[in-house]
Amino acid sequence: MSERKIRVLVAKPGLDGHDRGAKVIAAALRDAGMEVIYTGLHQTPEKIAATALQEDVDVVALSILSGAHMTLFPRVLRLMTENGMDDVLLTGGGIIPSEDIEALQEQGVGQLFGPGTTTGEAVAYISRWFEESGRGVEA
Amino acid sequence: MNESALASLSPKQKGLIERFQSGQPLALSRVISHVENHRPGFESMLEALHGAVGRARRIGITGPPGAGKSTLTAALARWYRERDLTVGIIAVDPSSPFTGGALLGDRVRMDDLATEPGIFIRSMASRGSHGGLAASTRETADLLDAFGFDRILLETVGVGQSELEVASSTDSTLVVLVPESGDGIQAMKAGLMEVADLFAVNKADRPGADRLKREIEIVLALRSGKPGRPAAGHHGVDLSSLRAGREDPPQEERAGVADDAWEVPVIPCVASRSEGVEEVAETLEEHFRWLEASGRLADGRRAQAREHARLVLERAMGRQAMQAWESWLATEGADRELESRSPYAISRTVLSEVWPDAPTAEY
Repeated sequence: MSERKIRVLVAKPGLDGHDRGAKVIAAALRDAGMEVIYTGLHQTPEKIAATALQEDVDVVALSILSGAHMTLFPRVLRLMTENGMDDVLLTGGGIIPSEDIEALQEQGVGQLFGPGTTTGEAVAYISRWFEESGRGVEA
Repeated sequence: MNESALASLSPKQKGLIERFQSGQPLALSRVISHVENHRPGFESMLEALHGAVGRARRIGITGPPGAGKSTLTAALARWYRERDLTVGIIAVDPSSPFTGGALLGDRVRMDDLATEPGIFIRSMASRGSHGGLAASTRETADLLDAFGFDRILLETVGVGQSELEVASSTDSTLVVLVPESGDGIQAMKAGLMEVADLFAVNKADRPGADRLKREIEIVLALRSGKPGRPAAGHHGVDLSSLRAGREDPPQEERAGVADDAWEVPVIPCVASRSEGVEEVAETLEEHFRWLEASGRLADGRRAQAREHARLVLERAMGRQAMQAWESWLATEGADRELESRSPYAISRTVLSEVWPDAPTAEY
């Protein structure tokens, strides 16, 4: 049995054109041995959910710098749940006030990372979540 | 439907297969992962679904990095959708040989297809395979086929010796080149010329496209044993000047060329603007009709099945040998033997563990 790779979708929803952070994270996750699906700018929640489904990712990581996080995260999460992906982690990063982070986590979103986060923290978080989820060993 | 294979699955896996058969995309997606990761029971899953394999037409898309394979793949998929055909796409990107990680970015060029009903895109990392496809690409194609997609587009990583592998996994092979790949088509990796059923000269609005097209056609004409004859006769490229003062080769020299041979067309296109895509797509359909009419489809499918079975056997034997190797390495005295005995003598010892009657001189 071959080693199970962690598959992550890194997506950039919304209208802002700043994809640097998303690309840096994508490269860091790849360098940590993960398989990263990168889809580019301006992804709608519908596209993100469809891509996550077709690619059977373990994790969806969104980069949101536009301030629309309170709409985008819940919408992606709802679409994922509706499509049977309630066992997939939704996480992300961007400029998100801490009270919003709390509110989103209460809704079922995973850890969210703000400016100044090292890529190592994000990698460690996803690796740990994957291990604890048992997705690596399920039959 | 293979009942015995189904019987060997766990209730959870059986449920997954049932959802697959009732057409749930998430089930397809999860079965692909199961197979790709060789999770327990994946062989039985493939066996259970095997009866439904064989309806789809498989098209391989290969060519150098940056040639526009993903863009052309997306454009072809749109053409199929306009004709109500469903499309499964497999896009392979390289894994890092150092970390095993991969950045799979082909979807960037297929962005508008993500939510298109009737299209399913799966990115795959090559995971140590050097053939331009991932080890389980064939099996993923089988699964898309069994799920009911009409066309399967299989896009290679674009580096390495992808040609033979893609050709032995698909019915038609489309090679995508760009004017920049022009220099020395003749010197190019030989495989590319041999496996192509169709060439697309992408980004044909750039200088050098005509020249590339002519060069390919000349090489093709030389190979087909009909030098001086325009290879495809498409687009009115006149190569007759090359024939001046030359006579057609005597009949016996051309004996190797079947009368119904497929003449490989070279089609210019600009995939990003969908120009020429229609002709590429129609020619692929034509190629498939020719395969059917000439009886080559059945031959080709048999060759695909043969190659797939061979690879499975090779992998299984390799695994067994590696297990024996690891346990031999762990034995006391292994280090000493490595110093004193030749690698061949050692591999004979290891091989005899797996296969007691192994011929002694076959390496």
